[in-house]
Amino acid sequence: MSLLHLAIIAPFLMAIFIPFLYKGFRRIHTGWFVLIVPILLFSYFLHFIPIVKGNETVTKTIRWIPSLNIELTAFVDGLGLLFALLITGIGSLVVLYSIFYLSKKKEQLHNFYVYLLLFMGAMLGVVLSDNLISLYMFWEFTSISSFLLIGYWYQRDGSRYGAQKSMLITVFGGLAMLGGFLLLYIMGGTFSIRELIGMADVLMSKSLFVPAMLLILLGAFTKSAQFPFHIWLPDAMEAPTPVSAYLHSATMVKAGLYLVARMSPIFAEHALWLWLVGSFGIFTMTWGSFNAVKQTDLKGILAFSTVSQLGLIMSLLGVGAAALHYKNMDENLFIVATVAAIFHLINHATFKGSLFMVVGIIDHETGTRDIRKLGGLMGLMPITFTIALIGSFSMAGLPPFNGFLSKEMFFTGMVRVLDMDFFSLDTWGILFPVLAWVGSIFTFLYSMVLFFKTFSGRLQQEKLERKPHEAPFGMLLPPIILASLVVIFGFFPNILTYNIIEPAVGAILPSLLKPGEHFVGHISFWHGFTVELFMTIGVITGGTLLYITYPKWKKVYTIIPEKLTLNSMYDRGLYWAETGSYQLTRTYMTGFIRTYLVYIFIFFIGITGVTLYVKDAFKLDTSNVAPIGSYEVVLALIVLAGSATILLAKSRLTSIIALGAIGYTVSLFFVLFRAPDLALTQLVIETVSVALFLLAFYHLPPLNRHERSVGFKLSNALISLGVGLIVTLVAISAHSNKLFDSIAKYYIENTHDKAGGENMVNVILVDFRGFDTMFEICVLGIAALGIYGMVKLRLTQGGKADEKK
Amino acid sequence: MLDLVLKISLIAVTLSMLALLYRVIKGPSTPDRVIALDAIGINLVAVIALISMILKTSAFLEVILLVGILAFIGTVAFAKFLEKGEIIERDRNH
Repeated sequence: MSLLHLAIIAPFLMAIFIPFLYKGFRRIHTGWFVLIVPILLFSYFLHFIPIVKGNETVTKTIRWIPSLNIELTAFVDGLGLLFALLITGIGSLVVLYSIFYLSKKKEQLHNFYVYLLLFMGAMLGVVLSDNLISLYMFWEFTSISSFLLIGYWYQRDGSRYGAQKSMLITVFGGLAMLGGFLLLYIMGGTFSIRELIGMADVLMSKSLFVPAMLLILLGAFTKSAQFPFHIWLPDAMEAPTPVSAYLHSATMVKAGLYLVARMSPIFAEHALWLWLVGSFGIFTMTWGSFNAVKQTDLKGILAFSTVSQLGLIMSLLGVGAAALHYKNMDENLFIVATVAAIFHLINHATFKGSLFMVVGIIDHETGTRDIRKLGGLMGLMPITFTIALIGSFSMAGLPPFNGFLSKEMFFTGMVRVLDMDFFSLDTWGILFPVLAWVGSIFTFLYSMVLFFKTFSGRLQQEKLERKPHEAPFGMLLPPIILASLVVIFGFFPNILTYNIIEPAVGAILPSLLKPGEHFVGHISFWHGFTVELFMTIGVITGGTLLYITYPKWKKVYTIIPEKLTLNSMYDRGLYWAETGSYQLTRTYMTGFIRTYLVYIFIFFIGITGVTLYVKDAFKLDTSNVAPIGSYEVVLALIVLAGSATILLAKSRLTSIIALGAIGYTVSLFFVLFRAPDLALTQLVIETVSVALFLLAFYHLPPLNRHERSVGFKLSNALISLGVGLIVTLVAISAHSNKLFDSIAKYYIENTHDKAGGENMVNVILVDFRGFDTMFEICVLGIAALGIYGMVKLRLTQGGKADEKK
Repeated sequence: MLDLVLKISLIAVTLSMLALLYRVIKGPSTPDRVIALDAIGINLVAVIALISMILKTSAFLEVILLVGILAFIGTVAFAKFLEKGEIIERDRNH
């Protein structure tokens, strides 16, 4: 147990104590206790920066299930550290924010903070795991804790719906991802990601490579809300705002990005990877930004905006894979995409986190998040206004904020797709910059909607529940910190370059980073009149025009009918899955035993018959057959006549008598085949069971008593004939296929000498194989007790005994 | 000689059993069937005795006795059932 492991499980440990702290110190807001954990962790993780900057990594291993190669390997490199810093850093701010956001009196704080800490620990586990299985374990922990947090206000229908939706989608992806991991293990023989990266070339030639890639991407896309799996994210906005800020913008939805980045060294050389990650990403980016514009709920806008920005980062990660194809170039042009992805990932976490907090403040202070009711808050809430300005302008990609820089680099990465001449990118690659540009216009548009509709215009006091005023300072502090980071990263991007971004990029493209060298400081040259600058100017002009003319082209959003939206497809899919399986079950679960018997017999005929046929198992061998005597023939005829009587009898009594006749004849068979003990037992038992049949016959309910012969059904006749035929065939084949002699000789020789008996059957029953007999006795005892219980114990449905009625 | 006699008697008994079985199947009334069944039981005694002579064994003598008892009990049970509709009467007063 190293300190690093302790850091990962620290939130889990803290979560254990939260309920006690909540109960024990009711006067202090529980969040203050929680706040210690992420702050400590953040400062702890800061210590790793010098290490990873030197392109070194830290690995600590705990053996968990060594026999299955499953270990808890904590592994810190640039990528993991970046995420760990984001998780703990934004985690601290979110906890601080939640202290002021959630009421001490009204809310169940212990639940909230337990879930939140659970999530924090799980997320740290995901990003710092080197072992695929432990990564998957923590991955599912994030799904579960996210489910709990979305459903935090479980009294609301919307919360429960959103929680269920996100659970179904992310767990679906998580399971697919587990499948991909297992395929990787089958191919590579290890669960360690670093070892798998080491054998990437070998893996690529295996046939399971593409299925593994697809399954892992499915996991990443569902978690990171990529099209068409993005639908859970807008519904997850029912969660408390700190949760939305933390999970659904800064950390959990980036787990998919983390996974894609982490797996890049293994998969990225394959053409499919670039195409899938790149095209799904860029399409999600455009689709998300397009849909964000029509939202009227502030959190709805931010949700779709998150979807869009995640798509942006995803597409950059996909396009960045192209760098691996130009390993030998001195100045690799395509690394810029990966650098942009990492840079924007940081930037997005800062400005989106602050925007969510701003929305939370507005909600808290006005009682609504609907942009149709809001307006004119500029003068009333100046600090919130400033933060929102910084956040939304950075999101729109305007200078001088950090969003501008990463958007420029995004354009650079996308424009350079045009220079690629493989994977048929030279024909279709033009789609990347075009979609990126269109998506950016809409991004600009919704950022402006978010900002101006809330803060400018006229104050509609009559529509608001409360009189708006500035939030308390504690609530403002976290967004202020984030907004100042936005500005700082905007003006001084290079404090990040070599400390965080380069090690992270080095982890994504490990084969390209040679020791001692740097990826040239791309972020520093952002001056000059380049294509990207003109694209940005185009974005601003286009976005402004669209903003002004929005009422005129609003109808675009109604083009797609409600029925064809992804949400209603999801709802209907769920409905169909439910009713469909209900209907399916209803068709075959009829409740009649005869139907089930038909299934059983048909399967019996089918499976046995097909096996006999396919394996060519039928064999007729008469060498081992005894001569047939006349007595046997006569007795067989009697049994036949008795069976026919049972089938054709009009009255049940006749059937019972015929059954008795058959039983007696069988005992005669036993006599003929020299089995006196069997004959004795058979006679007694036959008599008793005929008497029992008569007993049951008398108690049949009056309605069914009128007697008639068994109705004829062709299907039943066919099935019974089939069963008889199959059994006969199997019996004949089995008899013709004797592979070795019986062991009866041993009993014959040893009955007297070893067991001291003359009657071999009885010696076998009580001596050689007495164990069976014991349990047969047991069966009889149970049957007797059961019958006694059924007769005597008569409980009504309510559970009351009414024996003596 | 004895063997031939045994076989002839066995065939004779079997034929009579078949005739009785015809009565069991045909009826017409339930008592007919019960009587036939009883007679089959007694014929069974004869068959078993003959078979054990053919097989030259004394292992089946208990079977003969048992068939006799069971045929009696069975017939009595049937008779009681036909008369009263149930085999073991319950004393309703207890």
